[in-house]
Amino acid sequence: MGLTVHKYDAVVIGAGGAGMRCSLQLARAGLRVAVLSKVFPTRSHTVAAQGGIGASLGNMDEDNWHYHFYDTVKGSDWLGDQDAIEFMCREAPKVVYDLEHMGMPFDRNPDGTIYQRPFGGHSAKYGEKPVPRACAAADRTGHAMLHTLYQQNVKSKTTFFVEWMALDIIRDAEGDAVGVTALEMETGEVAIFHAKCVLFATGGAGRIFAASTNAFINTGDGLGMAARAGIPLEDMEFWQFHPTGVHNAGVLLTEGCRGEGAILRNKDGERFMERYAPKLKDLAPRDFISRCMDQEIKEGRGCGPNGDYIALDLTHLGAETIMKRLPSVHEIGKNFANVDVIKEAIPVVPTIHYQMGGIPTNIHGQVVVPKEGNPNTVINGLYAIGECSCVSVHGANRLGTNSLLDLLVFGRAAGNHLVETALASRAFKPLPANAGDYSRARIAKLDDSSSGEYPQDVANDLRKSMQLHAGVFRTQKTMDEGVVQVLAIAERAESLSLKDKSKVFNTARIEALEVANLMEAAKATMVSAAARHESRGAHSVDDYSDSVEFPLGRNDKEWMKHTLWYSEGNRLDYKPVNLKPLTVDSIPPVKRTF
Amino acid sequence: MDKRIFEIYRYDPDTDAKPYMKTYEVELDGSERMLLDVLMKLKKQDDSISYRRSCREGVCGSDAMNINGKNGLACLTNMLILPQKITLRPLPGLPVVRDLIVDMSQFFKQYHSIKPYIVNDTVPPEKERLQSQEDRDELNGLYECILCACCSTSCPSFWWNPDKFVGPAGLLVAYRFVADSRDHDTAERLDNLEDPYRLFRCHTIMNCVDVCPKGLNPTRAIGKLIEMLVKRAA
Repeated sequence: MGLTVHKYDAVVIGAGGAGMRCSLQLARAGLRVAVLSKVFPTRSHTVAAQGGIGASLGNMDEDNWHYHFYDTVKGSDWLGDQDAIEFMCREAPKVVYDLEHMGMPFDRNPDGTIYQRPFGGHSAKYGEKPVPRACAAADRTGHAMLHTLYQQNVKSKTTFFVEWMALDIIRDAEGDAVGVTALEMETGEVAIFHAKCVLFATGGAGRIFAASTNAFINTGDGLGMAARAGIPLEDMEFWQFHPTGVHNAGVLLTEGCRGEGAILRNKDGERFMERYAPKLKDLAPRDFISRCMDQEIKEGRGCGPNGDYIALDLTHLGAETIMKRLPSVHEIGKNFANVDVIKEAIPVVPTIHYQMGGIPTNIHGQVVVPKEGNPNTVINGLYAIGECSCVSVHGANRLGTNSLLDLLVFGRAAGNHLVETALASRAFKPLPANAGDYSRARIAKLDDSSSGEYPQDVANDLRKSMQLHAGVFRTQKTMDEGVVQVLAIAERAESLSLKDKSKVFNTARIEALEVANLMEAAKATMVSAAARHESRGAHSVDDYSDSVEFPLGRNDKEWMKHTLWYSEGNRLDYKPVNLKPLTVDSIPPVKRTF
Repeated sequence: MDKRIFEIYRYDPDTDAKPYMKTYEVELDGSERMLLDVLMKLKKQDDSISYRRSCREGVCGSDAMNINGKNGLACLTNMLILPQKITLRPLPGLPVVRDLIVDMSQFFKQYHSIKPYIVNDTVPPEKERLQSQEDRDELNGLYECILCACCSTSCPSFWWNPDKFVGPAGLLVAYRFVADSRDHDTAERLDNLEDPYRLFRCHTIMNCVDVCPKGLNPTRAIGKLIEMLVKRAA
């Protein structure tokens, strides 16, 4: 039986901030664009972003993109590619103004300009003092942005396929991407999307960890699809722990709390960040603060009966500021911690939040892989943008507010690149004869299963193992053990059992298909981490801490390079970091202090 | 041990001639804070129970359902406030796809019908359009809607005329754009609502206000729209 074939100029997988910024650019140019999403577009995880969008508008204090560029390079611990970082920071004001023109309800200053708040790692005059750079809509910036982008897509008549899960990339004999297979959740039917180009905007895989701020849908579907199609994943060892996840609940409390003046305290009530980061204090970058918090807990200064959390204190901000600038934080405190943040401090712990690595791309969003001596050879017809991609602007540690910015800048850039390279007038490449067979076989295997494990049991074991072996502080020994364990769990995931074999909106089947993607993301993370023998950004390994051998806490001579992990053969490769910006001088590596 | 009894609405159109209620028992161990946590535990017992969920913190709007007769989000419904016996049904008034999953086409069709995007045909400045803090404050309580449909599917006027009455969610967003100092389409937006059904079917029953998980007040927004239409006619 043949599969239904849908034909579009461009197919965007994922309707979060990156996917919808891109589809908007394509739809406005009159291209036939389809956007596939597992959930209704406004339910994508961008909706949960709270704090702001980084852009050097300078509305409240002197700022310019050079400072933003410097902060981002330093924040990345010199693993970010400086060409991409320059591009992002220069474009930032433009994409924020664009979004405002689209109706985004930003908060305002008395002069009517966009309100900006300070955020971790963002400074004026190259690290001298914090600067308000995060353009905010209260603490609902992601929600406001995602709804605005959806609304603009409605206006531009983008075609959405809502509650469709993409399964696999279709590549032809030359290796070019010519479409994807996808499952319509409501009917359980598989169809083919034949396209001149496929854009991945599938978000991160934050659900490979047990304690995560991420939504349930963040299962790394794009990473799984890429890995199965022979495309390497870049820098997957770098996972951001957000300093302030609600203790025992995982729900995020924005860094905007500290941007508005909240303070982290240990059990003695001490503002301990003053000791570690005399200049930026509670607004040092996330990797740095998370490690300091863990250090406090390890040294017996954690709060609570078990001494296992840190207190985030907002009480001195006053009810008015909290209800105006941080209303959702107030709501979350009440709902998930029984705490009124106006009156008392709230228990927090560093919690998995963001994936710095992903599918390797250039600044146009084109997927690039090593081929015949060129580490960045373009795969025709394939793009990746947003958290699923690695361009790499975040390097080893992302600065807060640079994620929403990344979505806007590279979503738009990928769209522009397709328009400028005349996608409309290009011909469709034919689908290979066996297109769809691989995906159908994967589903048939699940439908034919009569024994095997419940998918969520295997996934939960994976999450526990990742939490244990790839946490805030890593050791070579735990990472090596983690590799063995995770590979064994991935083996178990090869024979899952599906009890419910029904067709209509079978969420058990969807979850089983997601588990396959989680496994690829987790293997990439664990294997890449164990191989990187240094400490850099979010990858902090006890064995390679600040020492004579590693004077910067990292080993630039041997390890200033990007990891590439291939699923086939569980193989690693590396490529150089681009230290050369587009127009300005390179920022040379130094020791990171704040 | 805290034992709870669930009555869950079950329906798979491929195998069930008609919907039925199925009873489940579950022991809570104290780690389940919200109803969604317990639903996930139940799904482990019976993986065929189907519902939508994503963010688990009340911002994505996926897991709206009818909980003991009242619409709400499973992820924001604390187990402590629920009785021992819990009845879960899909949102009322919309066609059921399966179990707790409803077909929301009609709901989104109404949302799309109010032109849910800013209209301003003047050439934008190089930087942001300026907006005073007072004008921006007008949008509070309007832009925060998460499109979960708790309100519209608790509204008798929407049950009776889902194809003709925009419903509280769509009207809240309609007013969000009318209230935006940057929007230039007020006259057309009001024309679009001047109809015996689209706006005026609201009978201020206020179920929408009662169930909104974000604490928003669609009835007030509807009142403002009616007031503007009345003023315009005078």
